[in-house]
Amino acid sequence: MSSVATVHSLWMTAADAPGRIPGPHIEYAQLSPTLIVLGAAVLGILVEAFLPRRSRYHTQLLLSVVALAAAFAAVIGLAAGGFGTSKAHVAAMGAIAVDGPALFLQGTILLVSLVAVFTFAERRLDPASHGKRVDSFAAQAAAVPGGKAEQEAVKAGFTTTEVFPIVLFAVGGMLVFPAANDLLTLFIALEVFSLPLYILCTLARRQRLLSQEAALKYFLLGAFSSAFLLFGIALLYGYAGTVTYAGIAEVVADGAKQIDPALAGTMGNDALLLIGAALVLMGLLFKVGAVPFHMWTPDVYQGAPTPVTGFMAAATKVAAFGALLRLLYVVLPGLRWDWRPVMWGVAIITMLAGAIVAITQTDIKRLLAYSSIAHAGFILAGVLATSEDGISSVLFYLAAYSFVTLGAFAVVTLVRDAGGEATHLSKWAGLGRRSPLVAAVFAVFLLAFAGIPLTSGFAGKFAVFKAAAQSGAGWLVVIGVLSSAIAAFFYIRVIVLMFFSEPKADGPTVAVPSPLTTTAIAIGVAVTVVLGVAPQYFLDLAGQASVFVR
Amino acid sequence: MSFPLLTATAVVPAVGAVATAALPAAKRTAAKWVALSFSLATFVLALVIAIRFTPGAKGPFQLTESHAWIADFGVRYELGVDGIAVALIALTALLIPFVILAGWHDADPLEETRPNRRWRPTQGFFALILAVEAMVVISFEATDVFLFYLFFEAMLIPMYFLIGGFGDGAGEHGEEQAATQRSYAAVKFLLYNLAGGLIMLAAVIGLYAATADQLGAGTFSLPQIVEARAAGHLHLGAGTERLLFLGFFFAFAVKAPLWPLHTWLPNAMGESTSPVAVLITAVVDKVGTFAMLRFCIQLFPEASKWATPVILILALISVLYGALLAVGQRDIKRLIAYASISHFGFIILGIFAMTSQGQGGATLYMVNHGISTAALMLVAGFLISRRGSRLIADYGGVQKVAPVLAGTFLIGGLATLSLPGLAPFVSEFLVLVGTFSRYPVIGIIASAAIVLAALYVLVLYQRTMTGPVKAEVRKMPDLRVRELVVVAPLIALLLFLGVYPKPLTDLVNPAVEHTLSVVDKQDPKPDVHVDATTGGSRPGHATHGDDAEAAK
Repeated sequence: MSSVATVHSLWMTAADAPGRIPGPHIEYAQLSPTLIVLGAAVLGILVEAFLPRRSRYHTQLLLSVVALAAAFAAVIGLAAGGFGTSKAHVAAMGAIAVDGPALFLQGTILLVSLVAVFTFAERRLDPASHGKRVDSFAAQAAAVPGGKAEQEAVKAGFTTTEVFPIVLFAVGGMLVFPAANDLLTLFIALEVFSLPLYILCTLARRQRLLSQEAALKYFLLGAFSSAFLLFGIALLYGYAGTVTYAGIAEVVADGAKQIDPALAGTMGNDALLLIGAALVLMGLLFKVGAVPFHMWTPDVYQGAPTPVTGFMAAATKVAAFGALLRLLYVVLPGLRWDWRPVMWGVAIITMLAGAIVAITQTDIKRLLAYSSIAHAGFILAGVLATSEDGISSVLFYLAAYSFVTLGAFAVVTLVRDAGGEATHLSKWAGLGRRSPLVAAVFAVFLLAFAGIPLTSGFAGKFAVFKAAAQSGAGWLVVIGVLSSAIAAFFYIRVIVLMFFSEPKADGPTVAVPSPLTTTAIAIGVAVTVVLGVAPQYFLDLAGQASVFVR
Repeated sequence: MSFPLLTATAVVPAVGAVATAALPAAKRTAAKWVALSFSLATFVLALVIAIRFTPGAKGPFQLTESHAWIADFGVRYELGVDGIAVALIALTALLIPFVILAGWHDADPLEETRPNRRWRPTQGFFALILAVEAMVVISFEATDVFLFYLFFEAMLIPMYFLIGGFGDGAGEHGEEQAATQRSYAAVKFLLYNLAGGLIMLAAVIGLYAATADQLGAGTFSLPQIVEARAAGHLHLGAGTERLLFLGFFFAFAVKAPLWPLHTWLPNAMGESTSPVAVLITAVVDKVGTFAMLRFCIQLFPEASKWATPVILILALISVLYGALLAVGQRDIKRLIAYASISHFGFIILGIFAMTSQGQGGATLYMVNHGISTAALMLVAGFLISRRGSRLIADYGGVQKVAPVLAGTFLIGGLATLSLPGLAPFVSEFLVLVGTFSRYPVIGIIASAAIVLAALYVLVLYQRTMTGPVKAEVRKMPDLRVRELVVVAPLIALLLFLGVYPKPLTDLVNPAVEHTLSVVDKQDPKPDVHVDATTGGSRPGHATHGDDAEAAK
């Protein structure tokens, strides 16, 4: 009897032990934007597997749009519930922050992606192939370019509807990236959105070799930068004994208190901190396309299918700057006397190099790529302000810039000749005479890039430079204004080219898009003008969202 | 809250522009009448402004409106007028109906073409004119530097289309060549002014940065900045102030235009139709000289004094160079354009002489030059439309076949050469006196332009109107009723203001006094030495005692 009791009590003790291990506590509602998007992505894969080919396109499009819209509604709901301000906290056991900057950036990413999906789904620009409407993506990505399999796939009228779930996966990663609150989540989010982007880059229907080359370059350099990031994470772990942002920040501020015996030799070693922080920053600067980690940008922007370029240029930048902001403001504020001078240098050469090299470009996509580099420099100027104004100005700039970029690349998809998109600048000569409306819309985007008043670009630049100047970075602002002037030169040169030069006889035609691309461009113009004419509401919104949870 | 009179004066032509543009292609005549009635309504509002304005009342600006716009950037929607602005708004609102009437048939589609839903030149022409009017009016009213900048730049767009899109069909080498020259002129106009505008934008932002640095919160408000300077809260520092001044002045000197930034004006005025040429020189360019008075001098008084010698020399060159080139022109419209450059030189001379006569005269000059150039240019346009040529050599003996046309042309010309009894005389005299009292040498040299003006006007008249009647002009009809309606009031006004300029001077002088008080300049005292020892020398010999005053 007693032995039975003993066994029973042993049994109970043994059973108790696992009972005391806390199950992971996940705030599903607060993570709902990400979960909705990733769930829809998984559903999209199932659609690819089980639905007949003819109904996939519409199903996928509907699924993506609904998922992104629902996720955006979830973000709005969270923000309205006060998670951006008073209830901001760290969710999912410290892995994800739910706070103002995260929600603002997630909202921006979701809206940008929603508009980008419209351009992905465009099927009226490319001439119909064997009686079937096709989009900008390869008929069958696995087929060798120019090979027999490709011809057969084209003849069969295949389309790559997989792009929709791939985009959703990328968006899911991007949503986590600026909200990541520990270094491992950061790394995983980076990979989750990078891998789909590599694939998307290879998928161009025309000039597939160029597209695959671009994707390979992006992949190799991206892999390098991931390796840097991961190595940096390892060193920071060695320094702090933890990968959580708050934990590292604490060690940076007050020194290591509880030395982990396994890390006794490394914890608190400043060399590890400095090298680790530098490597992590390098990984992030690669993603934002800052000089000297910008080499991939022009090639990838040029080679990738234009809708992908627009999506990548807009959404990736938002996500990457969000992660950079959080890293610098939450993890490394105690180190700012070390990183500020370096980042100053990066910002200055990014602005100048982007603006100066752009002058010599003859391809519109490469030109926009260098302009995006220059803009990365302008945004960095706001990041360096290390103040709440700095955060809010960067948030505003990212929202403004991403819609301009998306709209500009959407216009690029419209200008076509026999070889597909006519991206060489000489072909854009006199476009304003043939298609005044399209040229005028593109001119609005260029003016916004140049930062001319009454466009969102002006409000964004003003906010960023104001924050930088208030933090005492006067010289940075002077150089920023100078490079804006240089940049304005080549934007206005394109406008002059479109409106004031004679159209060529064999010039491109402007394709009439379906309502999808028209909507995308219209939203781009509307946001550009509204954020330019009446930016106060959005500045206030960004101002309210400018506190990081720690 | 009182009725926003200033906003309304800008909104009415803007609404008119939209209404005109919205009319369908077949309603061409209706579009003209709609445009005309909106421009007349604007004129009525401008008169109300002039009546409600009390000259000499306290405070620099009246009828002010102020609303928050972009609080984060310190940008406000701030309007207000002083006497100078009232005079120029009245001038603008007065001239636009005449411009519309004079251009009644200028934008009619050619006979073989049919306007359609997308191509409606007549509606476009009048809508663009009203759009320019709205922007000009609001830039005269804006007291927020940023607000002013926006409309100062935005008016380039309708002007570009007006210059590039509509010609008078009187080119030397046929319509195709004329279209090329027109688009060249329009592009030149746009690029010159855009370059000026972008440099000014940098200075506008620099001004914000300076105020943000020293006042705590950045501001673009002119009254606030002037007040902060006067109270000693704002010290820009000589280097910063000079750079900012140059940024502003460059844009205004392109617009005005001042030698050597003037070269776009003859192209633009020569290639466009004469109502558009009037719009350029009599209305839009006035924003440049006006802004020198309102913004350059009041925001940067120290730098204005610093730059005065160079600006005076440039203005003097403009005066003489414009007049000399006008003498040598073969093309009637280009001749008037160079004459305008000479006159803008006078205006800038008067502004930067920094005397009350000089600046008062310069303001009067802006108004009078607007009226006299409008009269001369519009009559010249009527003349050119009859013969289909802009070349002086193609005319001769017109006064025998069209005496009224020739007579009005002569009066416009005499006003341009500042004949006493006509309005421009008063202003030119005041500018010269004002300049002479401080800079005698410059005053004396500038007077030479009066002789040159007589030369280019009278030779123009002699070659076109007198002499044997040329075969091509033998059938030339005289002025029609519509054309008389345009010209007669302008001439009446020239005569009236030439004899009795008091209403205008009363309006302008308090504002000029205020401007001068901001710069901290007083008129030089009459400095007369009577040499008692040598009885032979005449009294009244002014010495160069002013130079000491000028040097500070």
